[in-house]
Amino acid sequence: MKKIAKRRKTKGGYIPYLLVLPVLIGYFTFYLYPMVRGVYLSFTDSSLLKSGKFVGIHEYQRLFADATFRNAIRVTAQYVIINVGTQTVFALALAVAMDRLSKSVILRSTLLLPWLIPGVTVGLLWSWLLDPILGVVNVLLGHMGIHPQSFFGSETQAMPTIALVNTWRYVGYTSLLLFAGIQMIPKSLYEAAAIDGANEWKMFRKLTLPLLRPVLVLVMVISLVGAFQIFDTIAIVTKGGPIDATRAMNYYIFDQVFNRFHLGYGAAIATILLIFLAFISLVQLRLARADDSDLG
Amino acid sequence: MKQVKYGKVIAWGFVAVILFITLFPVAWMLKTAFSSNADLFTHYSSLLPPHWTLNNFRRVLGIASLKENQAGGGSGASINFWVYLKNSLAFTTTIVIFQVGFSVLAGYALARLKFSGRKGIFYLLMTGLLVPPMFSTIPNYGTIKSLHLLNTWPGLVAPFIFGTPFAVFYMRQFFLSFPKEIEEASELDGLSTMARIRMVVLPMSWPPIFTLSLIVGVTAWNEYLWPLIVGTNENMRVLTVGMGVFKAQNPSDAPDWGGLMASGTLTVIPVLIILILFGKKMVGSIQLTGSK
Repeated sequence: MKKIAKRRKTKGGYIPYLLVLPVLIGYFTFYLYPMVRGVYLSFTDSSLLKSGKFVGIHEYQRLFADATFRNAIRVTAQYVIINVGTQTVFALALAVAMDRLSKSVILRSTLLLPWLIPGVTVGLLWSWLLDPILGVVNVLLGHMGIHPQSFFGSETQAMPTIALVNTWRYVGYTSLLLFAGIQMIPKSLYEAAAIDGANEWKMFRKLTLPLLRPVLVLVMVISLVGAFQIFDTIAIVTKGGPIDATRAMNYYIFDQVFNRFHLGYGAAIATILLIFLAFISLVQLRLARADDSDLG
Repeated sequence: MKQVKYGKVIAWGFVAVILFITLFPVAWMLKTAFSSNADLFTHYSSLLPPHWTLNNFRRVLGIASLKENQAGGGSGASINFWVYLKNSLAFTTTIVIFQVGFSVLAGYALARLKFSGRKGIFYLLMTGLLVPPMFSTIPNYGTIKSLHLLNTWPGLVAPFIFGTPFAVFYMRQFFLSFPKEIEEASELDGLSTMARIRMVVLPMSWPPIFTLSLIVGVTAWNEYLWPLIVGTNENMRVLTVGMGVFKAQNPSDAPDWGGLMASGTLTVIPVLIILILFGKKMVGSIQLTGSK
C-alpha cells in the first residue's frame, strides 16, 4: 500500500493518463484504426456502398495492369519535379536575398499571403488569370506577340501550370523556413570570409549552402511529401483533365473511391502512396542523422 | 566595391519581381471583384475597374434580385454565402478550441509529467504524422458513415477535435523548454497537477498556444477534402466547398468571373485581417518545427 501511494505521488497517478486520453482516443480512431483498416480494405473488393469479400492481392494485380494508374504516377512525378524544383530554387534565392538586403517583417509577412489563401480560391483565381480569352496573362502575352495559351485546358501545359501555381502558393512560406535556417548560421563566419576577400557568390557556395544543407534537406522533404499529395488545386480547376493529364495519384484515389465507389481499389492505390511516403520520410531521417555532424 | 553594389541591385530587382508576382494576382482578383462582367469583356486589360461596382458582392451575398443577378452577367446561380460563412466560422472555431486544448494538455503531460509508457505513447502518436490525409480519409468516411454522422456537426469536426500529432508535438517541444524552477516552486506550495497547469503553466504559455491556434485555424479554414465528402448538404457546406460548387455550376464557356472573384475575395478577407494583425507574430514563429 505504502509503496503504491509513494509511486502515485512521484508519478502523478492517473492525471497524466487523463491528460493524454483525448489525444489517444483521436489517434486510435482517426489515425491508427484507419491505417489498419485502409490496408485491410485494399485486400477486399469493397465498394463505398457495401463491404466486399477478401480477394487477396487481386486489387494490386489490377493496379499494375491499369494504364491510368501508371499515368497517375507519371503525372504526379512531373508535378513533384516541377513544383519542388522551382519552389526550392526560388525560395532559396529569396531567403538569401532577404538575409543580405532586409530583415523587414512587413516584407516577409507579405510573402506569406498566398500560403494563407484557401486552395479553392487559389484555383479559382488562377483559372481567371490564365483564362484563354479574357485572362490577363494571355493579354500580356498578346502584347509580346505570343498567341493565347490554353494553360489548364491543354494536355501538355495543364500539369506544369498547376505545379507553378502551387509554387506561387508555397514559395513565400518555403523561403521563410529557409530564412529561419540561415539565421542559425553564425554571422562571424561571413565576417571572416569577407575579410578574406570572398565575394557574395563564393560565400553562398562555400558557407551558406553547406551549412544550410540539413535545413534544406528537411524543407525539401516537407515539400516533397506535400507535393506527392497534391489534391485541392486539381479538384477545383481541372478535375483530372484534360483527358488524364492532371489525374495525379491523390486525385485518382479520390476519383475511384468517392466518384466511382471503388473502395477496395482506391485503398490499394492509397496503400502504395502510404508506403512510398513512409519511405521518403525514412530516407529523410537517415539523411538528417548523417547531416548532424555537418552542422556541429 | 562596385561589384557589390551591382549585385545588390540585381538582388533587389529579384525580390521586387517576386513581390510583384506574389501580389499582382491578388490585386487582379480585387479589381475583377469590383468590375461588372460587361466591363471585363470590353476593358479586359485596364488595371482598375472602369466603373466601380459592388454588384458582384451583392449577387454573391444574395442581396441582389434575380433580375439584377442576370443583368450583372451571373448565371442566376448564387451561393448561400452567409450559411457557408457561418459554417466555416463554426467549423474553424470548434476545431481550434478542442484541438489546441487537448493538444496542450497532452503535450504538457508528455513533456513534463513522469508516467510509465510516456515515451511509447509519444512515439506512437508521432507515427500519425506519416499517414497521408487521403489515406485516413477513406476509412474515416466509413467510420463516420456507420455512426450515421454524415452531414452532422460531430461528423464534420470529429477527425480534427481530439488533437493531432503535429499539434501535440508542437506543444511538447515548447513545454520541454519551460523553466522547471517555476513548476517546482508551485509544487512546494502544494498545488495539485491540474491546479499547477491552470494557475502557473497556462498563463505563461500563451504565445506558443496562440501561434498554434493560428496555424490550426488557417488549416481548418482552408480544409477542403473532408468537408467536401462529409458535409454535402447545402446547409452543411463550408465556404471552400460552397465555392467549388459555385464554380462547377458556372457555365464553362462563359463563367461569371466577377461573381467568382467576389466570392474569392470574401474568403481572403479573414485571412488578410489575420495577416495584418498577427503577421509579425506568425513570421516570427515560423521555425523549422513548423510543418505545412
